[in-house]
Amino acid sequence: MTSAVSFTRVSRYFGAVRAVDAVDLDIAPGEFFAMLGPSGSGKTTCLRLIAGFEQPSSGSISIFGERAEGVPPYRRNVNTVFQDYALFPHLNVLDNVAYGLMVKGVGRAERYRAAEEALALVRLPGYGTRRPGELSGGQRQRVALARALVNRPRVLLLDEPLGALDLKLREEMQEELKALQKALAITFVFVTHDQGEALSMADRVAVFNEGRIMQVGTPQEIYQRPATRFVADFVGSSNILPPDFVYRWSGQKRWGSLRPEAIRVNRSVNQEGVRARLVSTNYLGAMIRLALDADGLRLHATVPAGVVLPAEGELVTLTFNRENLHLMEEGA
Amino acid sequence: MRSDRSQTAPLALKIAAGCGLAFLHLPILLIFVYAFTTEEKTFQWPLPGLTLQWFGITWNRPDVWQALSLSVRVAAISTVIALVLGTLCAAAVSRSRFFGRETISLLVILPIALPGIITGIALRSAFSLAEIPFSFWTIVLGHATFCVVVVYNNAVARFRRTSASLIEASYDLGADGFQTFRYCVLPNIATALLAGGMLAFALSFDEVIVTTFTAGQQQTVPIWMLEELIRPRQRPVTNVVAMVVVLVTFLPILLAYYLTRDGDQIAGTGK
Repeated sequence: MTSAVSFTRVSRYFGAVRAVDAVDLDIAPGEFFAMLGPSGSGKTTCLRLIAGFEQPSSGSISIFGERAEGVPPYRRNVNTVFQDYALFPHLNVLDNVAYGLMVKGVGRAERYRAAEEALALVRLPGYGTRRPGELSGGQRQRVALARALVNRPRVLLLDEPLGALDLKLREEMQEELKALQKALAITFVFVTHDQGEALSMADRVAVFNEGRIMQVGTPQEIYQRPATRFVADFVGSSNILPPDFVYRWSGQKRWGSLRPEAIRVNRSVNQEGVRARLVSTNYLGAMIRLALDADGLRLHATVPAGVVLPAEGELVTLTFNRENLHLMEEGA
Repeated sequence: MRSDRSQTAPLALKIAAGCGLAFLHLPILLIFVYAFTTEEKTFQWPLPGLTLQWFGITWNRPDVWQALSLSVRVAAISTVIALVLGTLCAAAVSRSRFFGRETISLLVILPIALPGIITGIALRSAFSLAEIPFSFWTIVLGHATFCVVVVYNNAVARFRRTSASLIEASYDLGADGFQTFRYCVLPNIATALLAGGMLAFALSFDEVIVTTFTAGQQQTVPIWMLEELIRPRQRPVTNVVAMVVVLVTFLPILLAYYLTRDGDQIAGTGK
């Protein structure tokens, strides 16, 4: 099966800066794919390479089997939802949505009908006569989405699509985007620095750092079996364990990771386990997050709210199931 | 709105402001008044009588028509040149980074900072060095130097305010370079260009100094007026022409002012 998007050893340099460094990537048709990473990690440049705003310095890109190098953005069957939405301020909402059809020479009646349908799809029917300036942030985002989808792209690119929205709206849009993607069966590629967003929405996630992909996998794989310390640290707040510590428990001298929720905190100090001192507690609502000091090693554990907590400064014993200790590929 | 709007200015300040405005604008009114005088040799006050005959006389003077037509043609063509060059230059300076960008933007603005007499002498000596005979086109070239600036300034300000991702969005939606310019860039900078163009037209229309140095035997309207003032013959004709000039230059500037004001509001709401 041909990939929706395929990168082969793709690099993009800006002067001496390697924004994207020898990236291999395969995105399957119909997949909801997330590119996750801190700012400057190359994820947005990858998106722009797919859109055609950037050309690779080396390597090759293909979109549904067709080579994409040298093909300008306006000849790619790919559309983008921009971070700042980039709605045309001189056009009303309907003309904004119909823009792609207008430049392709679709007749007025037909393109307006298609634009109305697209607006209905993003739950903004009847907003056609408004100006972009009269809409809220969430509404502008929906218009930007409709404007991209009306062209029936084979790949939809979303650049930090939810970054400018407040929390409530963001959660709502996450569900909606996910449902829309399922209904339309279009390949979605979206860029985000928010790990929660990537894990909750994507079928697969690629974690970027310094122009390279650190790990590609399903959200479960990324979360439970991080390949490197960077992934473990960036995706969620995993405890990163040094090789010496890991050796004691697994017999292998490798870096390891342990999720905070996998750690059990026992108040008795006489049992088998890791001795630690409770440093502080953080109330998170459903959970309480404990900061612990195990002989100089800083660990975090989360426990359900409501359990009786040890006092700060008290000595406790930490236990965990051996299978929850994940050994990373990265050597010591 | 200012919060201290309810406070009125002291009476002395009002009188001073009124005097200042009167000092600036009464002479212009006098010019209009003298267009109706019956005295043709001296500007006598009070007017000996009122007449409309000078409008008819002006209408029938071929030299007035020649000067007017030359001025309009020079201003129109300078404005067109300025629109094309000014927009291209503004697009380059605001959209891309290249070596010498700051220098170019300074050099483009320089002609309005430079006294007209310097521009005039420089152009005149350049023309004679290159052995270019003075003609309609040498005037146009002289005027274009300062008209470009006006368009450039307006366009560059608008370019800076419009988001760069608009152009990318247009490409992304399938518009090629020409379509992107036609449907995305031009509508966003149109009012700025119109305003810049009108200002350029008005500047060119009443320009004297650079024209003096770059014109041969032709007379634009301002040059013709200076000549007329020297020899006292049918003097009120000059006043009639002055009225026309004020109208021709004032209306575009007023229109330009209102257009850019509205344009700002449109651009502001899009953010």
